[in-house]
Amino acid sequence: MMKKGRHWFSKTGLWFGLAFLYVPIISMIVFSFNNSRLVTVWDAANSPTLKWYGELLRNEQILGAAWLSIRIAAMTASGAVILGTLAGLVLARFGPFRGRALLSGMTTAPLVMPEVITGLSMLLLFVALEQLIGWPEGRDITTITIAHITFAMAYVTIVVQSRLAGFDQSLEEAALDLGARPAKVFFRITLPLIVPAIMSGWLLAFTLSWDDVVISQFVAGPGSTTLPMVIFSKVRLGVSPDVNALASIMVLIVAIGVVASAIWMRRQERRRDREMQMAAAANK
Amino acid sequence: MPRVPLPSPPHRLLAGRLGPWWQLFFRYGPPRWTLYMRHNWAGGRLVIAVPYLWLLLFFLIPFIIVFKISFSEVRLAMPPYAPLLQWASEKVVDVHLNLGNYLFLLTDDLYISAYLYSVKVAAISTLFCLLIAYPMAYAMARSSPATRNLYLMLIILPFWTSFLLRVYAWIGLLKNNGVINNTLMALGVIDEPITMMQTDFAVFIGIVYSYLPFMILPLYSNLEKHDFTLLEAAADLGAGPIRSFLRITLPLSMPGIVAGSLLVFIPAVGEYVIPSLLGSTDQLMIGRVLSDEFFANRDWPVASAVAIAMLVLLMIPIMVFQRFQARELAGAK
Repeated sequence: MMKKGRHWFSKTGLWFGLAFLYVPIISMIVFSFNNSRLVTVWDAANSPTLKWYGELLRNEQILGAAWLSIRIAAMTASGAVILGTLAGLVLARFGPFRGRALLSGMTTAPLVMPEVITGLSMLLLFVALEQLIGWPEGRDITTITIAHITFAMAYVTIVVQSRLAGFDQSLEEAALDLGARPAKVFFRITLPLIVPAIMSGWLLAFTLSWDDVVISQFVAGPGSTTLPMVIFSKVRLGVSPDVNALASIMVLIVAIGVVASAIWMRRQERRRDREMQMAAAANK
Repeated sequence: MPRVPLPSPPHRLLAGRLGPWWQLFFRYGPPRWTLYMRHNWAGGRLVIAVPYLWLLLFFLIPFIIVFKISFSEVRLAMPPYAPLLQWASEKVVDVHLNLGNYLFLLTDDLYISAYLYSVKVAAISTLFCLLIAYPMAYAMARSSPATRNLYLMLIILPFWTSFLLRVYAWIGLLKNNGVINNTLMALGVIDEPITMMQTDFAVFIGIVYSYLPFMILPLYSNLEKHDFTLLEAAADLGAGPIRSFLRITLPLSMPGIVAGSLLVFIPAVGEYVIPSLLGSTDQLMIGRVLSDEFFANRDWPVASAVAIAMLVLLMIPIMVFQRFQARELAGAK
């Protein structure tokens, strides 16, 4: 028999690893309330203070960049979800077809492709296109969005594909046997089944786009500086207290989002299980 | 009945898979999912075509352009590279195939040492990632389902927060008057601050920290499927914990180890943000070299050659990763 205390080594490792993951984030949040401009030297007399949060809200450059990033991320997420869902559906449900290997390769390669290569290649494409057909004229929010969609859709594809792979095809086949058109089957059966995957894919794509600095640097024009680009140029010069405040706000939003979506997902799963059980009971 | 000769190639391209286009109207066969999708449903082709064309245009063709530009000569104009093909006269195409950029990479020490350094940094970071992630994934896999979900959420949460800001957080910890040095000095462990910023150590920390979830998740999803009664059987037969780990758990978790390691190693080789923020300026990583060539020197052809050389270096790991990914998805069925 296994003894209870057997896994002390891996348990310790887990707690050590979690501490490793969270200590930097927590320290960043703590020092966002520090009064001192030196950031990491705690000014006990005047702290905690909300001074840097106030300064952040008055910083036009950061607010403007944040709004631009939100718009790009929302467009990216929506585009990536549409393209990624189609690609995931094709890879999971369409069986073998000529060129499938290439499609599957093109959807997994961006997952590991170093960002500098993706960024460079996208920019060179835009430049070549501009020479060739005159579009896109210069680089702006459109080119950033296209570049982001391209790498974010790979993640959505994987999420949707693995969700579909986990489901039996029999429901869809039954609907087709009963005479439903494929489009109807997709919207009535397949889509509702993969809604959770699509939602997490949307959030994933949003985050990836919101976070990206390297690819944006390549494909952004002079008038389109995203928030990560602003942060990057700021923190290259060292720590700065209003970035700490910004980071804390973002961590808070993400934490709320992750916890809420986890609760929502679990509720959905439970409801589905219950419905499945009821359906099984009704069939007896 | 006279046979109609096959029409022009573009038409044949279409006809090859669909049958003649008009057959679309008649060949609506029995409504079977795959059959329908594969042969008869025009909408199915559209569903394939949209993501396919997008990826061809915005993912594959860019690489071909990078490849092309890596052979051209730099010039002072916009865009700053000379065309490969030029119409010398009416019918003579002049091909300027310039291997100089690649020769330059081979002869200038900067590039070779940057490549070797990047591979070294990525390999060491991957190893440390694995050493930290394995016990974590193992402990998660062996805990009860409810706590598992909690741990999973705790692992994923930092991944959702900004990567850039998480790297930034380490500046505050590692710098000379940063949190770690201040704490150690207050405790009297050290008298002088230890220099940690702009060292290899800082880059390792940054990479391990940022990529840790990418190592934990594949390992966890592998270990979660293990049948732990095997270990009990081994214990009954007299194997100690270390021996049964080495003989059972480790070999079985190989797919997770390979997938996680590649997911860390490949992007880490080309990493740009982490070495720029935490690393030294004496020894550059190849991602930094590429972007310097591009932005500071405006030498697009050499930047392209650096990118192609990096791709060649990473080609084998990327292909291995794709095979594992495909097998994983096939296994999910």
